[in-house]
Amino acid sequence: MTPLLNPLKKTELIGFVILAAIIVILLPAVTDAFRLNLVGKYLTYAFVAVGLVLCWGSAGILSLGQGIFFGLGGYCMAMFLKLEASTPEATKIQSTPGIPDFMDWNQVTELPWFWEPFHSFAFTLLAVVAVPAILAFVIGFAMFTRRVGGVYFAIITQAIAAILTILIIGQQGYTGGVNGITDLRTLHGWDIRTDTAKTILYFVNAFLLLGVIALSMLVRSSKLGRILVALRDKEDRVRFSGYDVAAYKIFVFCFAAAISGIGGAMFTLQVGFMSPSFVGIVPSIEMVIYCAVGGRYSLIGAVYGTLLVNWGKTTFSESFPELWLFAMGALFIAVVMAFPNGLAGIYKSHVQPLFKRLATRNSDRRDAPAEAPAAIAE
Amino acid sequence: MTHPTDFLLAVEALTVSFDGFKAVDDLSFYVDPGEIRVIIGPNGAGKTTALDLICGKTRATSGSIRFRGKELTQLKEHQIVHAGVGRKFQNPSIYEDLTVFENLEISFPRGRSVFGALAFKRDAEVMERVEEIAEMIFLSDLLGERAEYLSHGQKQWLEIGMLLIQDPELLMLDEPVAGMSVSERIKTAELLHRIIEGRSVIVIEHDMKFVEDIAHKVTVLHQGRVISEGPMAHVKADPKVVEVYLGH
Repeated sequence: MTPLLNPLKKTELIGFVILAAIIVILLPAVTDAFRLNLVGKYLTYAFVAVGLVLCWGSAGILSLGQGIFFGLGGYCMAMFLKLEASTPEATKIQSTPGIPDFMDWNQVTELPWFWEPFHSFAFTLLAVVAVPAILAFVIGFAMFTRRVGGVYFAIITQAIAAILTILIIGQQGYTGGVNGITDLRTLHGWDIRTDTAKTILYFVNAFLLLGVIALSMLVRSSKLGRILVALRDKEDRVRFSGYDVAAYKIFVFCFAAAISGIGGAMFTLQVGFMSPSFVGIVPSIEMVIYCAVGGRYSLIGAVYGTLLVNWGKTTFSESFPELWLFAMGALFIAVVMAFPNGLAGIYKSHVQPLFKRLATRNSDRRDAPAEAPAAIAE
Repeated sequence: MTHPTDFLLAVEALTVSFDGFKAVDDLSFYVDPGEIRVIIGPNGAGKTTALDLICGKTRATSGSIRFRGKELTQLKEHQIVHAGVGRKFQNPSIYEDLTVFENLEISFPRGRSVFGALAFKRDAEVMERVEEIAEMIFLSDLLGERAEYLSHGQKQWLEIGMLLIQDPELLMLDEPVAGMSVSERIKTAELLHRIIEGRSVIVIEHDMKFVEDIAHKVTVLHQGRVISEGPMAHVKADPKVVEVYLGH
């Protein structure tokens, strides 16, 4: 039976433990509160990248609109926080006290109906996952049952991202427009702007991300995961093996959307605002680049890819702000052409064999391989 | 002619037209339970299209396909599979990125819904059945191998195995021995003899020796129409068949 088990599983597990050690122990130990908050922000994008590994890597469905779901999750959380910040006392100088400030500026005099349920924290938590998932279901159902796939699907998701951005910006009175929903302060009376709160939120985010990765690993190791791989390769054959291909695609698209929503909500909590600039085409494509750089077949790789690209973005755009977009484009082209499997691919084809050789050389003295996978850390 | 419900498969007045070109034109034939039917005919006769129509890959323009009295023309591909129709394609169509074991496991008829697949357990029943089939298709030693590394003949066997594990009542094979080496061909014939027991089979094949060997009945297609049908001896003697097909 042993040769039948997926050999990836063991290395994936080790990779998971190392990743957990890095983001839960190493990074908090060596970075100050400001940088840690920055890393926390990057890690919220990793939710999207992990979703893309399942959607694009496993199932071959490239979505260029994952910002939609990240943004929706983020907006759901922002709506809750904004309502909490807009008590009648805090907003008594407005002509209509008790509603968010931007509504008052836009002559909205009553809280819109779809804002009402966001008074409830339980509803908000549900909505963070459900709203992106439901939209993904609608898009997925419309596309996949009609067998729209490949480039066409990518273009449609991109168009939807653009539409949503325009909608949010256009409906300023209900959404905060181009500025987004800002000036978020407390969560159940707990000030989220302090350094302590940010550190706690970092850990909440880190554990949620690890949970999401673990869940994704479970999905990938189930038969469903193998069916996704099968349909990436031979969609027709899967149909003739008796599976409803559209249902599987819808599932994985919704799953990716739901976890992207969690990432968005954590972004809002850690950064303190949400705006349409995280919804549209540019952020959506950036998120695909994170995933590509990390390796689109590797859940763990996607996190490193996200961290690396964002770290690069921050460093470069501090010194050469106008060059960053070109650098990003060049990086994407380079990855696709030279390293189609990203960091994870480089690790697998170059680093792992190196350690194997070292391990066999040292094998008379002691067993070395336990040290080996630590190299992913770099 | 017996009453239509006695047939396992009843294809009646089936027509499909691609931009006015009728690849299959007013095609009717009936397959009995347990029957082995071979479809022959020159290139472009509509043989593969006929199978595509039955398994739902192509939608019929008009006509009816009834399987155990159930109309298939309106069903989706996976529903036709659930009804009990299995299809092997001309070019080996297997999952290259998965192992032989996983290829067979995916074809095992359980946990076909999304959540069924999530909850699917690789239990003793699955293991046993996969190993049993693997032995039948000569791939017992290669269960852990990625399917892309198999030889052409082994890929064909794997696909036959994937069908077998589905346990369909009607098996449709499109040129199962094409592109095989002589020794693989002999083994395949042996394999086919074993698997066709207890089910109905529709085979498309050009190898006349092979056809003669297995067919109960032969249907000859030409330009989307049936030009002759019956036992091999009858078909072979038919001057129309000799003219369009066997004569060459």
